[in-house]
Parts: sequence; structure tokens; C-alpha cells
Amino acid sequence: MSTQTTTQPLQFHPSADFKNRSREALADTKLRQNFRGAMDFLRGKRSAQFPDENELENLRDLGEAVRKHALRNLPQLLEKLETQLTANGVQVHWAETAEEANAIIHGIAVGRGAKSVIKGKSMASEEIELNDYLGERGITCVESDMGEYVVQLAHEKPSHIVMPAIHKTKGDIAELFHEEIPDTPYTEDVDELIQIGRKTLRQMFVDADIGLSGVNFAIAETGTLWLVENEGNGRLSTTIPNTHIAIMGIEKVVEKLEQVIPLASLLTRSATGQAITTYFNLISGPRRPGELDGPREVHLVLLDNGRSQAFEDAELRATLQCIRCGACMNHCPVYARLGGHAYGTVYPGPIGQIISPHLLGLDDTRDLPTASSLCGACAEVCPVRIPIPQLLIRLRTEAQRNPGEAVAHRLKGQGASYSLGEQLVWKFWTGAYAHPSLHRIFRWLATRLRAFAPKQQMGWTRFRTPLQPAERSLHDLMAERKGNRL
Amino acid sequence: MNARHRILAKLRNALPVENDMQAAPAVAGYYAANTLAPQTCQERVAQLRGLLQAAHAEVIVASRAAWVSLLAVRLAALGVGRLALNEDTEEGRQLAATLRESSGSVTLLPFDKPIETWKQELFDTVDAGFTVADSAIAATGTLVFKSSPAQPRSLSLVPPLHVALVRAETIHAHMFAAALEEQWAAAMPTNLVMVSGPSKTSDIQQTLAYGAHGPKQMLVVIVSGEGESA
Repeated sequence: MSTQTTTQPLQFHPSADFKNRSREALADTKLRQNFRGAMDFLRGKRSAQFPDENELENLRDLGEAVRKHALRNLPQLLEKLETQLTANGVQVHWAETAEEANAIIHGIAVGRGAKSVIKGKSMASEEIELNDYLGERGITCVESDMGEYVVQLAHEKPSHIVMPAIHKTKGDIAELFHEEIPDTPYTEDVDELIQIGRKTLRQMFVDADIGLSGVNFAIAETGTLWLVENEGNGRLSTTIPNTHIAIMGIEKVVEKLEQVIPLASLLTRSATGQAITTYFNLISGPRRPGELDGPREVHLVLLDNGRSQAFEDAELRATLQCIRCGACMNHCPVYARLGGHAYGTVYPGPIGQIISPHLLGLDDTRDLPTASSLCGACAEVCPVRIPIPQLLIRLRTEAQRNPGEAVAHRLKGQGASYSLGEQLVWKFWTGAYAHPSLHRIFRWLATRLRAFAPKQQMGWTRFRTPLQPAERSLHDLMAERKGNRL
Repeated sequence: MNARHRILAKLRNALPVENDMQAAPAVAGYYAANTLAPQTCQERVAQLRGLLQAAHAEVIVASRAAWVSLLAVRLAALGVGRLALNEDTEEGRQLAATLRESSGSVTLLPFDKPIETWKQELFDTVDAGFTVADSAIAATGTLVFKSSPAQPRSLSLVPPLHVALVRAETIHAHMFAAALEEQWAAAMPTNLVMVSGPSKTSDIQQTLAYGAHGPKQMLVVIVSGEGESA
């Protein structure tokens, strides 16, 4: 098998349809109510965790410093992590693409004669569409995070990176469980629903050949994978089956254990408004001689899948500071109105808008950087201070750039939104404002010919009256006023 | 060239040639500057207890002499029939001895064999698991467990009731202090777990529900010189 195959980027549905899907989402009142309620809830929970503005800002400074330090030393840290994990008995694998990561995991599964995989929550595994890949090859993947389980049962995809089933009401889930799980009565009681999920999934932890999980932070100096969760499914997935496979993006490593402590605090408080989650699960190796449980084999798959493209550019590198708390989406006015599915990518919301172009290329994500009013709410809450609006503008520029233009770090899909007409308009505009004589002619013409302003002005006139130049330019009015005063 | 080399080469090419590990973020400085006045052991016990209770754990604070009989009574009241524990810890032995002597109905299941030999039994028939925490963290209401032959990972995870004992003198003010004072980074166990209550989820319409996949209930015994005596 060639590793150079340029397969179609893996995605849920073509993100090129973003505009159509956002229209549908906006017209779905129930969906909008669900998201509005959920976003208000999560925002409230977060702000209650940060009562002291000073403490928050200092901690954000520290979080940003830790992530920047890690990225500045990324190649060394990845090597150190590999060395340390290997010394601890963990097998480390590297994957440049989603296809490679899937093949590695499939290879491990085949080698162990595995038939079933129980999964803790992992967005990286969503990104590579592992469930489908293994499913097509006769290996069943079962999601065990309650939200992920609901979404899998409904044959859907997560609509939020932290709360995967946030688009569903308890009524939706009651109906789903009633229909999909044998002998399940309809109940909207959340405690009962959770117990149904628990009961249904419990035996799968016993039977599964492989447990698969994501990773929240990796520590280079100790060779440790740090997992954050509330349900215990992550611990069960990484403890009970004989083989544990973890998958993580290459950006998640930090140098020292002590550096994760502020990040973990920022993560749980920003994500779900918890001072700490029920479990912080720090895995540093398989079962040692004398120990009575724990997996006998632990694997880590390090996934690039476009991240190194963001890394190559000093400005876009900040994208990789992300610790996946989801606060940016919880505070985004666009996400709150559209929900996660409209984006068509694994990572929705502001973080999705800045990471997806690297994972999938701008050809398939060209509209995402424009789905923002640049209000800045995301950057204001980001626990590691990613300048999201600045990166959105940069990606818009790259999407508009002439595909033929040679630049230092060419992005995949450069010029996906390039339009010669638009470029000419901007060129004229820039020229007119840079040369006073040209601007004078432009003013003279624009005010005289105002009656000929087009009645259809693309997106603008869909919801607004057409723009028309004024009868007199501001320059003229000011000149007159000055004249009158003298 | 394999994937590893290609990825690392790409990352290296993007960085300046002179790239070193200097200017590490000042984590220690941050915690030194942002830590409140030192707490007494009693204050830490109170904070740990309060936060664990807020997270739906039941907490008993008891003296060294009294904890074991108080716990035996509580286990009986909770109707625990089958209790898994490891007798390689002093407290595990103490509890086992007490429960064997008493004519109670608790069946002891020593976790002294590899999980493979009794996985199904552990999942289906065990009511509670007894563990001894290596330490605790007051600021977040957290217990720390380090895996070892005497501390199987699943003892605090699989049974529906997790009974955990913590010695008051092992409670740290906050996580950074715990990691520093115990020198976690110098000798990581295969699995270091921080537990802050029974398992829970808010995945269905943001409604908090306990007993997701891990223990449904947690009973914490804080053994303290100041604790309740029998």
C-alpha cells in the first residue's frame, strides 16, 4: 500500500455545502432552542469558575506560555516522549495521514485477532473516521462516552467537541433508546436513561479486545498520557481490555508534568465549568510484573494529518496551542445559532474554522473562515489566548490568494475562493485610495452616476436595501463647510 | 524516509536552527504567587470533606482507632454483601480482620489474582471495592491513587461503591503541591488516577446524573487525629 495516496479528504459531508446547511440550521427552531439553552448553560458554568478576573488572566498567561513553549520545542519533545514511552513499554507509531493512522490501528487489531473495540472519547478518532474504517473491515467499534454513544446509536456525528450529543433533548434520547435498545421502555428521566446506557455498555468493557482512547495532554519527561473525563468510561477503556491504543495529534505534548497542572485547570473550568473532572487518568505504561490488572500492551498513535502545515507558518502555528475545551464555540454567536453539524467538519465552531483548513485543505473548507463576524468573543475566552479572529482573517486571505502566487508557506487549497473580478475590484479600490487624483475622479463619477448603482448587490441585497452612493461625497461636504467657516 | 522522519523533518524545518529548551514557563512561580496562606491539617480535612460531599461522595472523618469499626457499621448499613479489597495495605488488613471477626454478612473478595481470572465476577457480583489513597488534594476535593500490586487500577473503578480511605496527613493544599512534594515526575506509576467523586455525566441535555460508567457511590474515610472516636 502506498503512503502517498491522495485520497479524498475524509469528512462528514462536503463542507462546501456550508451555506446551504447553515440556512437549514437557521430555519430549525428546535435545534436553535437546544443550542441556545446549552450555550447559555455552559457560559454560566464557565464564568462561575472564574470569579477572580486577575487569577483568570494570570492563569491564561501561564497556559499560553506553556503551550507556546511546547510548540517551540515540538520536534525535541515528540522525540523525548517517544523515548520515554518506549522505555515505559509503550509502543509509539507515527501517522502522517488519516489513512495511515487507520491502517496502523487496524494492523494492531488484526495482529491480536480483535473483533471488538470499546472506545473512550477521542476526537482524533472521529477525525480519521476510525469507526467506519474498522467497521468496513469487520471490527466493531462501540462508543462508550454517553454522548458519543447516543450519537453513534443515532448514526450521527458529534455536534460539539466536549458535549457530543448537545443537539439532542432528553426526549430525543428517550425515543432513540426506546427504539434502538431492545426491551427499553420510553423514559425521559435522565437518571434512568444514563442507567440504561450504563447497563447496555457494561458487558462490552469486559468483552472488548481493545480499548481505544484519545489523549488530552502527553508529558515528554515522564512518558505519560493524561486523560480527562467524568464518566469512568475512559478509565474502563484504558484499564480493562488487554490492549490499549491511544491516539493523539502531534501538538498535544508538553515538556513537564508540572506544566500540565495549569492547563488541566484551564481545560475543565473553561469546558464544562468544573474545578476538576471526576477523573484525571495518567497512564505511563502497561501492566508491570506483579500488577494484577491494566492492559498488557499500550500503543500510542501520533497523528499529523495536516497539523504540520499549520506549524510551518509562524502565525498559523498558534492554532496548535488549542487544548480543545470548546469555550470558543460556547461563546460564538455563529455556533450558537447554527449548531455544530452545519460546519460539516469534525471540529465545529471557531476552533474548527481555524484547524479544519489544515486538516482538509481550503478547497473543502473555503467558506468556514468567513462564517464569523470577527466579534472576538472566542479570543476573549480562549484559555491559551489563540488569536482566533486574526487567524480567520489570515485564512480568508489565503483562500483569496491567487493560486499561482508563490509564497513561503503554501496552504493546501490556496486560492480556493480566488476570483479575478474580486481581485480587480480590490486592486482598483486600493489604487483609488492611494492616489488623490484618481480618488477625485472616482468621487466625481460615483456621485454623478449614483442612479446607475445596481439594484442586485449579491449577498448584501438578500436582506437589505441596495447601497447607493450619496449625492455629494464627504470630501465635498467638508470642503464646503470649511469654505463657509472662512 | 518513514512517516516519523517526514513529520519531524517538517517540524524542524519550520523552526530556527538555534532552538533550545530554554525559557521554560514559570509554573512554580505562578503557584508560589497564587497560593493562599498555608492551611492547617484540620483546614485541609474540612476543605476535602466539603468538596467531596459537594461532588456527591459520602465522607466519614474518624480517628485512627475508630475508623475501622465505624466503616464496618456503615458498610453493613449500606447493605454491602461482597467487598473486594487488597490486603497488602495495612488498612486493608485491618478492615479485613475486623469484618472477618464480626459476624456480619460481608463476604471478602481479596484482589490478589490477575483480573483475567475473575473479570466477569468482578463486574457482576462485587458490591464495593476498598482502596487506600496515596494522598489527596484539598483545593479540588481529590484523592490520588497510584497503581501497584497492592493497588489494582480496577478496584477503585469497577465496583458500584468505591470505598476509599485517606490519611489526613497526606492531604496537600493543591495539585501542584502534591506533584512537587511527592515528586510525581521522578517515579510515575503505570497509572496515577485522581478521583474527585463518584462517576457522573451531563451528556443528556446538560442534566447531571451520577453513576455513569464508574462507581455510582463513593464513601471516603478520612483518618485523622481529630476524627470522631467510636
